[in-house]
Amino acid sequence: MPVQILKEKFTGTVQEVVLGATKEEGGTRSNTVKLGGSSTLPFLQYEGDIPNRPVIALEVLDIKPDWGEAFEPYYGDVWSDPAAWAKKTEELGADVIYLKLAGADPELENSKSADECAKIVKAVLENTSKPLMVEGPGHPEKDNDVLQAVGEAAAGENIAIGLAEKDNYRSIAAAAMMGKHCVIGRSPVDINILKQLNIMIADMGVAPNKIINDPMSSGLGYGIEYSYSIMERARWGALIGDKMMAFPVVCLAGPEAWRAKEAYAPLEEAGPGWGEQKPRGIMWEAMTAASLLQAGGDLVLMRHPEAVKLVKKHIDDLMKPNLY
Amino acid sequence: MAFYMIGERINGMFNDIGEAVAKFDPKPIQDWAKKQDEAGAAYLDINVGPTAADRVKSMRWMCEVVTEVSDTPIALDSTDYDAIESGLEVCKPGALINSCPAERPKIERVFPMAKKYDAKIIALTMDKSGIPKSADMRVGFAMELVASADEFGLSPDDLFIDPLILPCNVAQDHGPEVLEALRQIRLLSDPAPHTTLGLSNVSQGTPFRPLINRIYCVMAMTCGLDSAIMDVNDDELVDAIATADMLLNQAIYCDSYAKVFRKS
Repeated sequence: MPVQILKEKFTGTVQEVVLGATKEEGGTRSNTVKLGGSSTLPFLQYEGDIPNRPVIALEVLDIKPDWGEAFEPYYGDVWSDPAAWAKKTEELGADVIYLKLAGADPELENSKSADECAKIVKAVLENTSKPLMVEGPGHPEKDNDVLQAVGEAAAGENIAIGLAEKDNYRSIAAAAMMGKHCVIGRSPVDINILKQLNIMIADMGVAPNKIINDPMSSGLGYGIEYSYSIMERARWGALIGDKMMAFPVVCLAGPEAWRAKEAYAPLEEAGPGWGEQKPRGIMWEAMTAASLLQAGGDLVLMRHPEAVKLVKKHIDDLMKPNLY
Repeated sequence: MAFYMIGERINGMFNDIGEAVAKFDPKPIQDWAKKQDEAGAAYLDINVGPTAADRVKSMRWMCEVVTEVSDTPIALDSTDYDAIESGLEVCKPGALINSCPAERPKIERVFPMAKKYDAKIIALTMDKSGIPKSADMRVGFAMELVASADEFGLSPDDLFIDPLILPCNVAQDHGPEVLEALRQIRLLSDPAPHTTLGLSNVSQGTPFRPLINRIYCVMAMTCGLDSAIMDVNDDELVDAIATADMLLNQAIYCDSYAKVFRKS
């Protein structure tokens, strides 16, 4: 007797958001990237459509990071040059480039000005062809200045800028609207604030196909289950028709995974049975990313090229149609 | 699961609409369409009223003038199925036929029509002998209606089953029976049929209409009610529904939940 597969019937769809603009669309990217668009839970092709596979962004900073020797062989020669670094991430398989303007943090000595940040963004765009996302330094006033300048510098490129937060979203959303860019709304692992922030951004007049959510990821072993349940709940809301829960989700898997001692500790500082740092760190990041993809991530931000390979292969496997 | 508010105001029983229908004056009808849209109506009920000379012609005209100003699907409210069909011809797919009782000849007229025009149906748990008193009898009719949906190629959730509430000052004993019927109707099929009520009926003839309407609506929602034909411009009623929807975990809480409810 054939087994009847029970299928959930959903009424809603995750909003599709396009990142980047090709020459025909007024930008200079070689291709655009579509996020979201699903009408089912992650990877359950038999219940609905998943028109766009999840994508991987690689991280680029505008200052030399303290990432340690695990990354030296890959990025050591480009750490001082964000444009070259961005180019390198393309070679290492990035679908999207994620530039964090950490050097504009006003707490730093020689903090970069908004103009300097705009120049970096221009240089990155000139040297690369993939869509770009730009995160400000994470300081409210400076974010507003920097992201406005960035939005102007990247006119026509349909980048994403953020992070817009509940107490500081207006200027960033306005900068996105002015430059016809996307805005990334960040909520602190809080489903209610996630929804409220989306409402406030949408109320400002930002089009639904220009809103991306960062529900704040946690790394494996450090609260990933909270992120998972928030993302799962949001996706469920989207699928039952809550439009304010239906924006594509980005997960900062790399930065969170590598904050864990389990990822970075060298062998001599490792716990019993942890093993060599290199495979351990890579696996820690890959597992974090894989879990966040299962929770509904549409874009995972990653850091280690070997982890990227693993996750790409994993996505390939999961995207094979499982129709019944 | 969302809650579908069906705006009751475009009905010839109301004087302004009755006059508009008589004079073929679109303005009051279109004004109410817009006003109910703004309040968050999921459907706009249209009833030509008792005085219309030609129900077929009036229904079609009312649907046309509403469609001119609103994309909200229409609930075609009439006992004259030719009038409903004339309206369906000019409505977009996804309209709602209001209504069909559990009587075979009417089912045979209405259900194929719903299929043809891609419409949904408000199906009443009653037959020729009138409104049953008990929950069990109501559920029995609901079961017949769900079976008929299947027979005519409709999904159970193409039905909005109305277990029929009567005024509390006339038939107080019906209140709990309707609630029990709502509970059971939700269990009849998967997907479950939708349920609805002519909410304003419950308070008919009492001096406390808004209060009674909103209390009963919230009580019914806890039993599974997911739609009502109602005064969508009664803000306190809509706030109560939005709050119940959220407390029942049907909508994710946020500080603007009542505002968002009206937009969703």
